[in-house]
Amino acid sequence: MPDGLDFEQPLLELEAHIAALRALDDPLKHGDEIAKLEERLQRQRQRTYASLNAWQRTQLARHPKRPHTRDFIKLLFDDFVELHGDRVHGDDAAVVGGLALFEGRGVVVVGHQKGRDTREKIARNFGMPHPEGYRKALRLMQLGEKFGKPVVTFIDTPGAYPGPGAEERGQSEAIAHNLRVMAGLASPIVSVVTGEGGSGGALALGMGNRVLMLEYAVYSVISPEGCAAILWGDAARAPEAAEGMRITAPDLQRLGVIDGIVPEPVGGAHRDWDAAAGLLRGALRQALGDLAGMSARHLVEDRQEKFRRLGAFEEESRTRSG
Amino acid sequence: MAWFSRKKPEETTAAPRRTAQVAEGLWIKCDSCKEIIYRAEVERAGKVCPKCRYPFRISARERILTLADTGTFEEHHANLTSADPLGFKDTKRYRDRVKAAQQKTGVGDAVVCGLARIGGLPTVLCAFEFGFMGGSMGSVVGEKLTRSIELAIAKHVPVVIVAASGGARMQEGILSLMQMAKTATALEQLGRAGLPFLSVLTDPTTGGVTASFAMLGDVILAEPRALIGFAGPRVIAETIRQPLPDGFQRSEFQLEHGQVDMVVDRRDLKETLRRILVFFNE
Repeated sequence: MPDGLDFEQPLLELEAHIAALRALDDPLKHGDEIAKLEERLQRQRQRTYASLNAWQRTQLARHPKRPHTRDFIKLLFDDFVELHGDRVHGDDAAVVGGLALFEGRGVVVVGHQKGRDTREKIARNFGMPHPEGYRKALRLMQLGEKFGKPVVTFIDTPGAYPGPGAEERGQSEAIAHNLRVMAGLASPIVSVVTGEGGSGGALALGMGNRVLMLEYAVYSVISPEGCAAILWGDAARAPEAAEGMRITAPDLQRLGVIDGIVPEPVGGAHRDWDAAAGLLRGALRQALGDLAGMSARHLVEDRQEKFRRLGAFEEESRTRSG
Repeated sequence: MAWFSRKKPEETTAAPRRTAQVAEGLWIKCDSCKEIIYRAEVERAGKVCPKCRYPFRISARERILTLADTGTFEEHHANLTSADPLGFKDTKRYRDRVKAAQQKTGVGDAVVCGLARIGGLPTVLCAFEFGFMGGSMGSVVGEKLTRSIELAIAKHVPVVIVAASGGARMQEGILSLMQMAKTATALEQLGRAGLPFLSVLTDPTTGGVTASFAMLGDVILAEPRALIGFAGPRVIAETIRQPLPDGFQRSEFQLEHGQVDMVVDRRDLKETLRRILVFFNE
């Protein structure tokens, strides 16, 4: 069962059992049993998904059937014209972007793109961009700014690619540059963490006036596996690291890092793409609507104040020297 | 008594109590060329290997002494300390790690910031303390840098930051990541105020520090042979399952690949900064 996660197994078995009963010649005979089982399924589902831990959420965020950026684009926008290339080195398939119509209005869309099957995964480098991906994103965001169009970004990456070519072409500079330009961009920016928000490679598309997160998405400074490997020398302790780092949507909302959680259909976005997109559409409409009336200057101030506030520290006033 | 000993981080701090320890080994081994060298000669050369010119890692206070005009450094924001927002614990509690690092280094967190003069020119000067949890950037480092950049805007002076950091501090999770956004935002404001930022990269500067303020210098200087990169060499070697060539990600490699403006010997660093500051001052 490649698509069933550990904690999904009891639910999947129950579903299979109900389906088998339904397929019998005389379903009426089993009507009571089916109804009872369905009730149990629903209760169990709600219990399971109401109490998911950080590692289970990480698994959902990485689920092989979870909708990716291009799937959301198809479901959310009336039209989409994909644009390519950073005009410096190449076109990075791990980042997609272009011109889209959202409820009749022009927006620039940029997002990380993972692959579905093995061939596509390799072509998209598992959603891990090179510098040219970030530079393409930057070019498109500046295009939005030039023509006064809002920018919508979708975040779904294990992280920026840690390879020799990426280093040679300035991975750090590409990410850093995006952060600075986004800080001063005169267009509304709405960022949505749809799956995995992996470190600086995620943040490089993530400096929105509003940062939203899907219910089961995760967002962290380092992958749970990477954190566990460094702290305990054992990547297998990733579940512990995931818990300790506070990477879930509710945690991030408490820490003030995100502005809203977009609910997912029961069982996760992969169970019902249309429903997931429908819920995101509402959140996106609201966020873009909130920002629509703001002047360019107000938008920049709003974004800068938002990121200025983040952090937690103690300040001893006794030692302050005026 | 040992004739020579490994260079320990303690030996490079400026705390005067430790001078007895520094005298312990008359000879030390260079981290880079592995030659055995006479300690006094290293000290005379400004903590640089006399054989291969490798600049040894030095503390934030030592760095400030080598760059600021004598007696001009006035520390700011020293009262900020970590709050352990996640209640994080690995093999040790984060709070205990911070306390141990404070005792070891004598500084409150991984960066020391303030106002100084360099060659007579007023500037905001920040130096990283690599001995403090690998110079990692959490909320305190991000806030200190941001306040320092804001101080520069208020005083209308340039900013010089000497980085030495493994990147974002894992123990503060997502809040560490957000310091990248915060410092980049402050630099955007500095730029709009028409003030320059000179970034000095020293061994090592990697991860979330490189991928935020450190690579946003209007001018980027690097010390010789410093490891500078996004991912660490071990991670890259594991990713491609191949050993990396000699010199990969070192300052000279970054110069060749257009990522830094110049590689500057430690003894020439202050004069180089002064010349650049004069340009922006005139």
